[in-house]
Amino acid sequence: MKHVISVHDFSVEEIVEVLDRAEEMVAIARGRTASDLLKGKVLACIFYEPSTRTRLSFETAMHRLGGAVIGFVGTEATSVVKGETLADTIRMVSSYADAVVLRHPREGAARLAAEFSTVPILNAGDGAGQHPTQTLLDLFTIRTEKGRLEGLNISLVGDLRYGRTVHSLAIALAKFGNTINLVSPGGLEMPAEVVSYLKSMGMLGEVCRSPEEVITGTDILYATRIQKERFPDLVEYEKIASLYRVDPELVSRGGEGLIVMHPLPRVNEITPEVDALPQAKYFEQAFNGVPVRMALLAMIIGDV
Amino acid sequence: MQENLMKVQRIEHGTVIDHILPGKAFDVLRVLGLSNDRSLSILTNSHSKKGGKKDILKIENVELSVQEASRVALISPQATINIIVDGKVVRKFNAEAPKLVRGILSCSNPNCISNQNEPITSEFRLGPDDGHRYVCNYCERDLVDLAKRVRW
Repeated sequence: MKHVISVHDFSVEEIVEVLDRAEEMVAIARGRTASDLLKGKVLACIFYEPSTRTRLSFETAMHRLGGAVIGFVGTEATSVVKGETLADTIRMVSSYADAVVLRHPREGAARLAAEFSTVPILNAGDGAGQHPTQTLLDLFTIRTEKGRLEGLNISLVGDLRYGRTVHSLAIALAKFGNTINLVSPGGLEMPAEVVSYLKSMGMLGEVCRSPEEVITGTDILYATRIQKERFPDLVEYEKIASLYRVDPELVSRGGEGLIVMHPLPRVNEITPEVDALPQAKYFEQAFNGVPVRMALLAMIIGDV
Repeated sequence: MQENLMKVQRIEHGTVIDHILPGKAFDVLRVLGLSNDRSLSILTNSHSKKGGKKDILKIENVELSVQEASRVALISPQATINIIVDGKVVRKFNAEAPKLVRGILSCSNPNCISNQNEPITSEFRLGPDDGHRYVCNYCERDLVDLAKRVRW
């Protein structure tokens, strides 16, 4: 039984296999072709925390492949409020479904769930820990937009400390042979263990405070949200946030092949004027969650 | 006054843990979980013949097993264990850091699922590098302040 807990569990070959499969799923994901690959199968989506894109794209993925979805969002109407352990909830839910998608506020929750589940667990985010399907859809977007997944110059910009998507993305991109620039305000730098890993792979590019320092050589500018709650002083937050804002002026200084990505939701990190530019790829990125999750579901619970 | 007055007396029966990292003897005591009524001596920041400083712990009437010695290695992987019988060293071995630690430690990440009321046993693996770090099997974070994370 294959679980999807952490992107670190995937080899480079396995990632490529998922992306290839996702490519085959695009037409079905767009509703141009019908599929009943997962007809008769049930997916449980249990979300202990709010989610928009991840939950809806998992549900869409299952419906597009002809399967059914059960689940809950928030714990108010469940036995969790009566003190039920996650282990017991998983034991029970896994007896109802063919796979379980789990989002939970505690780090390591998906790993625990995999120990108690009788069906595959797909981690849809565990606290500040792993969010492997986001990393896979980011890689799929990069490959789709740039035609390759190696030899690119990628600038990760914004909150690199708490933003859970950028840690595993940086590691995965380095494995594929891409140079990573780290652009963040003081106090929100990439954790030391990730920086050491990038260095050991020879894939660490520039480490700096301003996106303007790296924009000319960047193929992909990956912006993340700078969370207001990390700053005790609102004036300081505004000052920092404005330095990391992606606007048409910054984009125009990039090279011809530049694309802009963001895991969403965005607040002020990318101004709305950027949305209409050809470089803006974050809504396609959000769509790509559907074919990538379809590919995973097909590979994990499909008969082929 | 005797010229060769020892700072800490030799023991007749028990265990001497030598070459403990300087300042870590108290952490070693903690990780061993010895009861308060034990007779023991601690020498801390003592000069080592090999150069530098070290701590020494002498525990009377207790012979540490290899398994207990591996707990010492959680704190101080270079420590040596000497088993003393009738004032003589009858066995000497190095503490070996365990590759897997189950149940003894709690994760230092307060938001880790292993710190919740779940029916699981904590599990930590020795990191692949030489940094003597333990990584939580659940949240994948490095364990910090290891001696404070021992639970009895």
